[in-house]
Amino acid sequence: MDAALQLAVENLLARYVHAIDDDRLEDWPGFFVEKGRYRITTAENYERGLPLSIIYADSRAMLADRVSALRHANIYEAQRYRHTVSSTLVERLDAGTVRASSNFQVVRIMHTGESLLFASGRYLDRIRMSGGGEPQFEERVVVIDSRSVDTLLAIPL
Amino acid sequence: MSAGPAARAWPSEGLARVPYWIYQDEDVYRREQERIYRGDTWNFLGLEAELPEKGDFKTTFAGEMPVVVTRDEKGALNCFENRCAHRGSLLCIKDRGNVKEIVCVYHNWTYDLRGDLTAVAFRRGVQGKGGMLADAEPESQAPRKFRVEVFCGLIFATLSDNTSPVERYIGPEIAARIRRVMKEPVKILGGYTQVLQSNWKLYFENVKDTYHASLLHLFFSTFRLNRLEQKGGVVVGGEGGSHASFTMMKSELSGDEYERAGMRSASGGYALQAPQMLESMDEIGDGVTLQILTVFPGFVLQQIMNSLAVRQVLPKGVGRTELVWTCFGYASDDAKMTELRMKQANLVGPAGYISLEDGAATGFVQRGAAGASERASFVEMGGRTVESNESRVTETSVRGLWQQYRRHMGL
Repeated sequence: MDAALQLAVENLLARYVHAIDDDRLEDWPGFFVEKGRYRITTAENYERGLPLSIIYADSRAMLADRVSALRHANIYEAQRYRHTVSSTLVERLDAGTVRASSNFQVVRIMHTGESLLFASGRYLDRIRMSGGGEPQFEERVVVIDSRSVDTLLAIPL
Repeated sequence: MSAGPAARAWPSEGLARVPYWIYQDEDVYRREQERIYRGDTWNFLGLEAELPEKGDFKTTFAGEMPVVVTRDEKGALNCFENRCAHRGSLLCIKDRGNVKEIVCVYHNWTYDLRGDLTAVAFRRGVQGKGGMLADAEPESQAPRKFRVEVFCGLIFATLSDNTSPVERYIGPEIAARIRRVMKEPVKILGGYTQVLQSNWKLYFENVKDTYHASLLHLFFSTFRLNRLEQKGGVVVGGEGGSHASFTMMKSELSGDEYERAGMRSASGGYALQAPQMLESMDEIGDGVTLQILTVFPGFVLQQIMNSLAVRQVLPKGVGRTELVWTCFGYASDDAKMTELRMKQANLVGPAGYISLEDGAATGFVQRGAAGASERASFVEMGGRTVESNESRVTETSVRGLWQQYRRHMGL
């Protein structure tokens, strides 16, 4: 195992979930390369090879639009997430790119005090380990285990 | 303890009021199962495209009743209760699959794809001992069979002999508006389920409520994507509980118009960085960019630009509803068209730019009216009657729902 590579990947994953859980959503698109892809789908769709996503973006601009809509357009009750991410399997694809997979759980905490195990699933990532700068996601596929989502999914996973 | 439906009286104002106990009473809920879902209505069960091959099956629900939908060896669609004649166990414990026969896991009782009991394990005993008496009639407790009709690739089922054929039940105007979307063979693109913390009727009202669209869902207006010249209307059909609302936008937002949207945003508004997501194609060719259609009691058909979906509204208790979404395209779609549909799927579902609020809004009513079962909601936008309307600033289709609902329920 390449310990430095492992640490760099895990650091990216950690900074990603802290940004979301700390409500720094404006930082979220920056974890992706400009033409980065992000999608949330269900294990059922994923395993059946069906293309539908719950959220789908194929550029940082689309991710920025999602944040902008959450901040200025969409209406939902105040809520926060708390992510827990498992240790990560990292596999080098080529000199500049790795594949990573990890498991996650997200607790959703409503302003009313209700805490709910909102989602569990896998992060399936392709990460560009650019020379010099921070690693960034070329692709992050969030595969949630359940086909059901309680009420709504506003904040990204 | 809540009063039974017989003890409840509908407000004297009629369809212009909806009493809050209708969303709260256990007795009402039980009566709905009997009179609506197991009564003279058509339950929507899914798309024919979900069961393309002989032997394909899926499990779903008619109200709370679990059902199996099959395509038999002759190619016909069947629906029967997902309950073994023997002890009432679920017959099918998978969501979908392909089988030659259906075998109850509990005691191996076997059924054909039409839901007929074909074999009882050890019916005659073993080596002359045990087994059933010769006059036993386990078939008397067989799973109930539904009448099934397919309309435009949509599967509907009813337990009642009295329900009029689907096309007549829906009415010609709504049928025509189903036909325009289901114009050719479809391809399933995927699905998910949204759990709503509210009574099923609050969601069904929400879908019919054209008045809330531009007020609750601010995505289009925030990003200046609204058109002042939008035309549209609401058609109420069938017995009142079916409807179609539609909007005709000047389709295809041109780059020029994006620029102007961008200029406005420079003076204080907001603009999308990637508005290409909304570059829709007038694939049906009639200029209707948005159509939402319902059939009582639990079917929704959606065309939001090029995002096409059916939604099945399933009651899961007085205060809980599951909304089962299946998104589809046409079998003739190329990769580019599928990609466009996948991008526009961002508009819908539990994370949808113009639908995520609905998941919460119905729950707000369930919670807000918790202490007001004797009070009623005030439904007078567009008058107090039920009729089709050119304006969408109306609650006519909400009143239509209650017209049909009350007739079934005897309320």
